[in-house]
Amino acid sequence: MTGEAWQIVFFTIKISGLSTLLILPFGIAIAWLLARRDWPGKAIVETTVMLPLFVPPVATGLVLLMLFGRKGPFGSTFNDLGIDIVFTWRAVALACAVMSFPLLVRTAQSAFQEVNTRFEDIARTLGASEWRVFRTISLPLAFRGVVAGAVLAFARAMGEFGATAVVAGMIPRKTMTISLAIYQNVQLGQDAAALPLLLASVAVVFVTVLCGQLISMRKRPR
Amino acid sequence: MNLRLHQVRLPLASFTLEIDAIFDRSITGIFGPSGAGKTSLLDLIAGLRRPSAGKVESDNEMLFDADGSLHLPPRLRRIGYVPQDLALFPHLKVRANLVYGCRRDGTEDEPFTLRHVAEVMEIEPLLERNVTALSGGEQQRVAFARAILSAPRLLLLDEPMSSLDSRLKMRLIPFLLRIRDEFNIPLIYVTHDAGELSALCDEIIVLESGRVVERGSADEVLAR
Repeated sequence: MTGEAWQIVFFTIKISGLSTLLILPFGIAIAWLLARRDWPGKAIVETTVMLPLFVPPVATGLVLLMLFGRKGPFGSTFNDLGIDIVFTWRAVALACAVMSFPLLVRTAQSAFQEVNTRFEDIARTLGASEWRVFRTISLPLAFRGVVAGAVLAFARAMGEFGATAVVAGMIPRKTMTISLAIYQNVQLGQDAAALPLLLASVAVVFVTVLCGQLISMRKRPR
Repeated sequence: MNLRLHQVRLPLASFTLEIDAIFDRSITGIFGPSGAGKTSLLDLIAGLRRPSAGKVESDNEMLFDADGSLHLPPRLRRIGYVPQDLALFPHLKVRANLVYGCRRDGTEDEPFTLRHVAEVMEIEPLLERNVTALSGGEQQRVAFARAILSAPRLLLLDEPMSSLDSRLKMRLIPFLLRIRDEFNIPLIYVTHDAGELSALCDEIIVLESGRVVERGSADEVLAR
């Protein structure tokens, strides 16, 4: 593999890991709220969270471009702070985060729903605050599901293409991910150059999903 | 300890639980057919369910008042609860389960110390074990001990021995009496078993479709 190919692989892993870490606290919080609380507008939030799964990724990228472009509502604020989003590595992380968010939330939500509410109730009668119940009972018992969600999110981010292409472009050594590089090489008729990237991509995702499976196969406390 | 439920109403799926009662005995048994509202009654006393009307008061402290929109959360009620499935936290060792409800202010008052409670409940050798590796009887005693260690003013027990055979039940009854005698904690004890009622309870309340249909000493009620 060439030096440039290695750079693309490491960049993609780094950005996928970063985007997964970024969405983890929000994803866990929303998953818990959806699983354990009833509140006005819950159905709307749940549907909105799931949208990136069903809307074409290119369309999601366009929305992000409008929101985070220099004249967009969020982009202008970042611009005032001297931070560029679109067509930088930040846009790649943003696109990966948005596209993988529903997978994390959906999986973690199911995991929280599987936790017997009686454990949480009894913890409350033992004097635990809501935060302590979450930290010591709900989250540890849902841990395997949350890890599975994070693994799915990471794997999804590794393969992200459409939204990234729109909001971050295909700038060598700046925003080029494995998926974008494979596409570009194929478009240029350089299939041989795409092959090592393909193998690296498969290897990384295989190892990640395998680790997730091994964690899931550990005996689950009930 | 004096617990008063004043015209409490809790709508359930097929009927409304309506209770007006005082619990002031050391062990009160709640008896009744399945679906009579026994567990729901314990839940509302513990604060896990919110009634639609009425007042719940314990030793002159208001726990719930529908008129004043007061609902003291379970963590502040100091009412222990051992549910039917015991709900021992499966990811924690026995010791961590036991200390979960211990007071956090650094003071441990006799008799509510881990050492003493573990000794009385005869679970000292189990402290470093996983709760999932315990026998049924051991799990019961750990669940009782965990509830005791939170120093409750009242302990609710929801058919805690329903999954045990009669021989094991008889072996556990002395442990329940120790909760009353050694720790001076009054109990409200839900069961289907007349033998447990006569062995344990000073008073029995019979519940049917959410209403108290009979109340009296164990001898009186069981004779009828």
